[in-house]
Amino acid sequence: MTVGIVSYGAYIPRYRIKTEEIAKVWGGDAEILKNGLKVFEKSVPDVDEDAATIAVSAARNAVNRVGLDTQRIGAVYTGSESHPYAVKPTSTIVAEAVGASPDMTAADFEFACKAGSAAVQVCMGLVGSGMIDLGLAIGADVSQGAPNDALEYTAAAGGAAYVIGNKESELIAIIEDTYSFTTDTPDFWRRESQHYPSHGGRFTGDPGYFRHVTSGAKGLLKKMGTKPEDYDYAVFHQPNGKFPERAAQMLGFTKEQIKPGLVVPRLGNTYSGSCLMGIAATLDIAKPGDRIFATAYGSGAGSDAFSIRVTDKIEEFRGKVPTVEELLADPIYLDYGKYAHHKGKINFG
Amino acid sequence: MTVPRFWREQQSRYNLVGSHCKTCGNYYYPIRNLCPECRRDGDMEQYKFKGTGKIVTCTVTHTTSDEFNDLVPYALAIVELDEGAKLTTQIVDEPEKVAIGKRVHSVFRKLGSDGDSGIIYYGTKFELDKE
Amino acid sequence: MREVAIVGAKTTEFGELWEKSLRDIVVEAGVGAIEDAGISGEDIDMMYVGNMSGGKFIEQEHLGALIADYSGLAKGLNVPSTRVEAACASGGLALRQAIQAVASGYSNVAIAAGAEKMTDIDGSGVTDALAAAADREWEGIQGATFPGIYAMIAKLHMAQYGTTSEQLAAVAVKNHENGMNNPIAQFKSKLTIEQVLKSIMVSDPLHILDCSPVSDGAAAVIVVPADEAHKYTDTPIYIKASAQASDTIALHDRRDITTLDASVAAGKRAYEMAGLTPKDINFVEVHDCFTIAEICAIEDLGFFEKGKGGPASLAGETALNAKISVNPSGGLKSTGHPVGATGVKQAVEAVHQLRGEAGKRQVNGAKYGMTHNVGGSGATAVVHIFSNER
Repeated sequence: MTVGIVSYGAYIPRYRIKTEEIAKVWGGDAEILKNGLKVFEKSVPDVDEDAATIAVSAARNAVNRVGLDTQRIGAVYTGSESHPYAVKPTSTIVAEAVGASPDMTAADFEFACKAGSAAVQVCMGLVGSGMIDLGLAIGADVSQGAPNDALEYTAAAGGAAYVIGNKESELIAIIEDTYSFTTDTPDFWRRESQHYPSHGGRFTGDPGYFRHVTSGAKGLLKKMGTKPEDYDYAVFHQPNGKFPERAAQMLGFTKEQIKPGLVVPRLGNTYSGSCLMGIAATLDIAKPGDRIFATAYGSGAGSDAFSIRVTDKIEEFRGKVPTVEELLADPIYLDYGKYAHHKGKINFG
Repeated sequence: MTVPRFWREQQSRYNLVGSHCKTCGNYYYPIRNLCPECRRDGDMEQYKFKGTGKIVTCTVTHTTSDEFNDLVPYALAIVELDEGAKLTTQIVDEPEKVAIGKRVHSVFRKLGSDGDSGIIYYGTKFELDKE
Repeated sequence: MREVAIVGAKTTEFGELWEKSLRDIVVEAGVGAIEDAGISGEDIDMMYVGNMSGGKFIEQEHLGALIADYSGLAKGLNVPSTRVEAACASGGLALRQAIQAVASGYSNVAIAAGAEKMTDIDGSGVTDALAAAADREWEGIQGATFPGIYAMIAKLHMAQYGTTSEQLAAVAVKNHENGMNNPIAQFKSKLTIEQVLKSIMVSDPLHILDCSPVSDGAAAVIVVPADEAHKYTDTPIYIKASAQASDTIALHDRRDITTLDASVAAGKRAYEMAGLTPKDINFVEVHDCFTIAEICAIEDLGFFEKGKGGPASLAGETALNAKISVNPSGGLKSTGHPVGATGVKQAVEAVHQLRGEAGKRQVNGAKYGMTHNVGGSGATAVVHIFSNER
């Protein structure tokens, strides 16, 4: 059965902090950091925003884009590594807030930065088997990076939501196939009750990100018998600006192919939202018939690769909700004090 | 706020569900079972507001109770929804931009929580339309 | 319906009464009023206690019985005692209950007390307790504090009528001027417009000096049938009108955000009942919980045209013995605002003024005095008119 994207929506908080502002606090060299990470600023949530509000905002943009009858949604899965509750689902909040409750199923996902793409895959399975009519898959995070950790320069806030369906006539993009590559590789983790994640430093690179992203991508290309040049665009998980560029190069994709989806320099890493945000930014500009290759990566570790083909239907729903570019525009810059406040780093006792 | 008290009004809080009286045509937020205009002659139905409106009056609060202390300074406003009902809401933009007459739309935000271990309350606030 | 008079009145000192409990101050006010009336506890057959939030401020409910007990009116005498609550209008309502009880013949000697002990909890707790006078579910949950709610009235009043921060400040300055001559006042200090404008902002445009303070205090009056008043005193003060009105609990549901329709309605009913007009009133104790509230009050009660309250205040038309003496006591701003006590304290001030006992703050030739007590942002209003002539 054909499955694909009925709609999608993104959400990015309006606040940003520049790399220079963080570097200033820790005496870091902003130029070296910017050059090394290729992240120039990152999004920061408002004081009253969290992964649930971001998931709802992205999901509402997705359903409003196509004027969806949300009672058709049979499953809501939210992927995040910053779910507001350790126990109590984010997805029920989303389901209620988009009007999908109560005839549906829901659960929260966690797989570092690829929990959102895992949710997409599960929805593909459910709509593909005919178990449900439509599935809502979301990746949303208010990512945490410990003060003066490398992650502090990239850990951002944002999310993207996808409505997955099986009626070819209503798909704005067909998901041609998907493939995953998963091993037990502890390159990044956060223990119960810890505020900030820990990571294996440079171990997150080759054994983590690059091995899994390239293996996942190659697996899908091989499974489908396609080549990088068969695609108009490509999106790779973007923990920083450098990794996706190198992964693309290793796989034979060009800088032009990844350009529209490479939002990390102005956004930072939205973790579970990262790859899904890149796909959303690419869909915003893709034309009917375009093919998009995407690979999400989650530490721990695994990758989910997707082959997407845009349909004629996409043109019907332009301009109804903000594009990723529009969400990136007109930011409000914070100083470190305000940033610390927004991120809940100030203890009110 | 307690969990059942909040949960009972969740549809109004999450999705701006109020009431519309089919007799007098008035809209109310939140849900009212009796039309204050028509009383027993009223015929109330639930209505989901579009979530757009304009600021009738506003203030920026600098001193508040512990519950809202992490938000100061925050903008508070009375918003008249396009259907006619009015409500009190925080405006999540930079306080100095909030002014009488400006157009706003609803957003989904945290309203508060019962301390660090209690329930988190979500609901609707408003944001200025882009000019 | 019988005509009614006040024959005894007493207010305790208002302020931060660290050494005194709620029980202490109510007994002080009650005993004072009884002594003023020259009666004894045995004469009292009904008791009403205005109190907004004993439950939040001192974790004590069932205040009617508690206060009867500590006043020596419970054990043995078993005087019926009822706690009355309408947020900051609780005191005014307690008085109205006593008046109704005596007027109807159910009571021959009733005591109406008002009391609040606010300083036993911290500032945040007070802010939260007071926020319960608004709509907790649909105003409070959004972070609407009381200063925040009145600030929204002020902001719109400014936009609609050109009212200025200076005009608001003039209200506080005038009330401090009067309060300096009131022995029970919490703040007996002179204030300047500049001081008000330079004080910290609580909720734009209301500065801290636009707000009435957090206070402890109690007040009590003795209410009897007018026909019997001379049994107790040579100077009874007659109740010419007792009126009350309600409006929506939430400010956003009002017909007009800058008009307290409950004040307008209660005022109209009171004037009608007394057969008087605003021109006949020599002084008015209005509910100036915030400076904007006094401006709205003098407009809503018909002393000034809507929108003219600000300029009138700045021009000194509301000063002692000016066009109309507004808040000769110093109002809530300078005297203090122990919420449940305020409505009764206003009546005590009216009694002192109409007896000619107000000293340096005496309103010349006072014959008719009005009190105006508001609950919440205007969901309840109570208006009384008093006179020294029957």
